[in-house]
Amino acid sequence: MSAYNFAYLDEQTKRMIRRAILKAIAIPGYQVPFGSREMPLSYGWGTGGVQVTASVIGPDDVLKVIDQGADDTTNAVSIRHFFARTTGVRTTTRTDEATLIQTRHRIPETPLCAGQIMVFQVPIPEPLRWLEPRETETRTMHALEEYGVMHVRLYEDITQHGRVATAYDYPVRVNGRYIMRPSPIPKFDNPKLDRSPALLLFGAGREKRIYAVPPWTPVKSLDFDDHPFTIERWEEACALCGSRESFLDEVIVDDKGGRIFVCSDTDYCGRRREHLA
Amino acid sequence: MYVAVKGGEQAIEAAHRLLAQERRGDPAVPELSLAQIEEQLALLVDRVMAEGSLHDRELAALAIKQARGDLLEAVFLLRAYRTTLPRFGASEPIDTGSMTIRRRISATFKDLPGGQILGPTFDYTHRLLDFDLAAGADAELAGAGEPTSAPDDGEASMPRVVDLLDREGLIEAEEPDDESDPVPDLTRAPLRFPADRAARLQNLARGDEGFLLSLGYSTQRGYGRNHPFAGEIRLGDVDVELVPEELGFAVTIAAIGVTECHLVNQFRGSATAPAQFTRGYGLAFGEAERKAMVMALVDRALRGRELGETPASPAQDEEFVLYHSDNVEASGFVQHLKLPHYVDFQSELVLVRNLRAGTEPAP
Repeated sequence: MSAYNFAYLDEQTKRMIRRAILKAIAIPGYQVPFGSREMPLSYGWGTGGVQVTASVIGPDDVLKVIDQGADDTTNAVSIRHFFARTTGVRTTTRTDEATLIQTRHRIPETPLCAGQIMVFQVPIPEPLRWLEPRETETRTMHALEEYGVMHVRLYEDITQHGRVATAYDYPVRVNGRYIMRPSPIPKFDNPKLDRSPALLLFGAGREKRIYAVPPWTPVKSLDFDDHPFTIERWEEACALCGSRESFLDEVIVDDKGGRIFVCSDTDYCGRRREHLA
Repeated sequence: MYVAVKGGEQAIEAAHRLLAQERRGDPAVPELSLAQIEEQLALLVDRVMAEGSLHDRELAALAIKQARGDLLEAVFLLRAYRTTLPRFGASEPIDTGSMTIRRRISATFKDLPGGQILGPTFDYTHRLLDFDLAAGADAELAGAGEPTSAPDDGEASMPRVVDLLDREGLIEAEEPDDESDPVPDLTRAPLRFPADRAARLQNLARGDEGFLLSLGYSTQRGYGRNHPFAGEIRLGDVDVELVPEELGFAVTIAAIGVTECHLVNQFRGSATAPAQFTRGYGLAFGEAERKAMVMALVDRALRGRELGETPASPAQDEEFVLYHSDNVEASGFVQHLKLPHYVDFQSELVLVRNLRAGTEPAP
């Protein structure tokens, strides 16, 4: 791989992305436009996350990559390979060992700690996009803190369904200012964003935006006093490790509708089983 | 006992091996050479270069071979290579007025200085399958000798048609670029709105031909009609010049093939401006007449703001067109639906079950 620079991107590009990241950290929740590069990875596969990771990774980092909470899903394997090849850094599946975690759709169950960086892959960064398709409009709405439409939408959900009918990518307010998409993590993971000791970076490659939640920043899931934010709960426990606290994936086990529930976080589940054994 | 699915790593490796086999096909059939692709699938090479935003016939041919002929995959390969190349400068604007012409037609004037030159066009062919080609014999070509062309009157001048109109003030004046402005590069800086024309043209030049074709077509069918005439289409080679800082004068670094289209569109004028023709412009690498034409149609449609038109149709909507024209972005995001979405789907399952529990009548 000598034809490519450490972590694939050239140093000028990394500097440009780091500047965008610093700006994003300085204005929590604000979407910073950046000169997203074309990556050797398909759009939608995490080009934003990969660029952020490539810009912050150093030779001493220990990298973990997950998709759907699992280390062994094909895309997680592919991205981990990419960085193993282009940086030679040590990779791990253990959340507490990693200094840098790139994720798609989940935050690990094992609590993050200070000094860790979590990189989220973001498909659509704009929280107001389904309410207003135009970027020129939504940028103005953010600038003026004009978030009425979002509250109206949540209110309409409640009048129609008796609850907010959003299960993932549930909008949050960062540091009392910007409304932000947490990327398509289940709302189950939203509370982990609040005052997280880790630095949370969000990269949207196709949409060319970076945003961030610095450590210890308040992140509030949008709700109403009489309809407080709640997260999903399962009546079942994990069929493998017995956890009742983790996010569970439903697995169909036969053709008669039989199903079991297992932890989506494979590292968490595996280590609990080691402990029990 | 349920065991979670493992083995993504081996599966990916096996898939890559299988892909390599499928790409090669039957080993009894001779392997394609890059030269064959360059020479005999030249228009495909041109399109991959145009949408891949990289002028390199050999690399485009390699991308086509590696992509098993999938156009978008080849464009993607070329783009992912291009992105790693250093930028050492911007060339001088190419001068299409001094093009070495292979084809030049105007639909607005029967005859014009320099004449009409048909060139290698499909336009007047009968689309009948030529079974002699299937037999592998380009015999006719071998025996036919050189195709005849118009008597060569030396360095025949071929002024651009729009320049002739310009002299009479019948067409809007071309606003010269501010030379001190840096050339925008959409692959280095994100698109901002409202976008200026240079950024729009750059976006259209690398945009998907199929998408732009349909948009251009829609303007002809009344969705943002802009009364186009093909003022001129020319195809040929132009020199690319660069001014190295240490030299201070232009040196020719390459000659590239391009297709250029000038559309002449009608404009009623306003209280302050007299009726005048307006411009739509298209330019693409290689032989890409359809692309250059639809680019010009869409360019004109997107100029509504500066011409005081109210955008009402998709082709006139800057954000709609520019955000959705890139086929590498579009193809990636559409196909990412194949990636696992277990977690989001599980969240939705829980939600839908809860919603149903709230509304279903008691049994």
